Amino acid sequence: MSMINYASREINCKIVYYGPGLGGKTTNLEYVYEKVAPQTRGKLISLATETERTLFFDFLPVDLGTIRGFKTRFHLYTVPGQVYYNASRKLILKGVDGVVFVADSQVERLDANIEAMHNLYDNLAEYGMDIRQLPFVIQYNKRDLPNVCTVQELDEQLNPDSVPNHEAVGSRGIGVFDTLKAVSKLVIKSLS
Amino acid sequence: MMGSAASWSFGEQESRRIDVLLQAFLGESQARCALLVDRTGQLIMTAGQAPEFDSTAFASLAAADFSANDQLASMIGESEFSSLFHQGEKESMFLADVARRVIFVALFDNRATLGMVRLKARGVVRELTEIFRELFERPSKSAQSLLEASFAAEAEDEIDRLFGDL
Repeated sequence: MSMINYASREINCKIVYYGPGLGGKTTNLEYVYEKVAPQTRGKLISLATETERTLFFDFLPVDLGTIRGFKTRFHLYTVPGQVYYNASRKLILKGVDGVVFVADSQVERLDANIEAMHNLYDNLAEYGMDIRQLPFVIQYNKRDLPNVCTVQELDEQLNPDSVPNHEAVGSRGIGVFDTLKAVSKLVIKSLS
Repeated sequence: MMGSAASWSFGEQESRRIDVLLQAFLGESQARCALLVDRTGQLIMTAGQAPEFDSTAFASLAAADFSANDQLASMIGESEFSSLFHQGEKESMFLADVARRVIFVALFDNRATLGMVRLKARGVVRELTEIFRELFERPSKSAQSLLEASFAAEAEDEIDRLFGDL
């Protein structure tokens, strides 16, 4: 839920990267952090385990600058993908303005993608939200690996409402900004 | 039609009213700084000594801290922990719930005592709760009616400029 702060003339929008474990959510944020101009981004905060698995969330604020007198900022969050971290995942969805689902394109991860997608529906429902009412894009990540599902197969399983999808190779930055651009424009549109 | 999540707005009038309360709290408790953070992790306002740290990151972590503790409370059969205290060697912080949607944070050093901060916080939190309840009970406007129509077009151009060639 966006808060419009007239006192400080700020609008902050919360975008959450969701998806199965090891799908590339943190990699997306790390690439954004590396590539955007330093003056437009804040610190990348990672609450991770010793083995660099996300424990609670990663957080990266990106400034869009001042639009019509309002300092406009996107707060990018990832959730932990591992199944047993659901309590943390749900907390991060609180007040979400837009969602990116980062799917792992590998055939053997299809079930994990489906499970994570259902988990997203369930967790949003607990806040009285419906993914069909939210700015939502899907990223099909790891397209460079040999054993991947076709985009059509992934769409059939994960994208019944035909939301925008983007193919990506997060480790090389391919598709990362296309995805971010798409979701951030949807979020802005939902505000106006 | 994609609906925007209902938005709420925080205006200059509320900000001034709250600033008076926070300044009084700081004066009486000797705390250095007070912050109000939305439960979704957004900073609403600060009063007192300007924080030297990254206040955006601070707000997201404070909200996460509070939310995680809420869950811990429910696991042990409490409906909430209405306040939290983190003690450091020199700097400490006290956090309290305001109307279930906002977190009041007081930062203080060795000049202040926890007892005084907690005592004075109780009063200010009560008053803040009334103000925010009133604010949240206002008929919710969509952001649509709050922002100029040209906002989206200009923001989209900026998104293209910022992320375009990356």
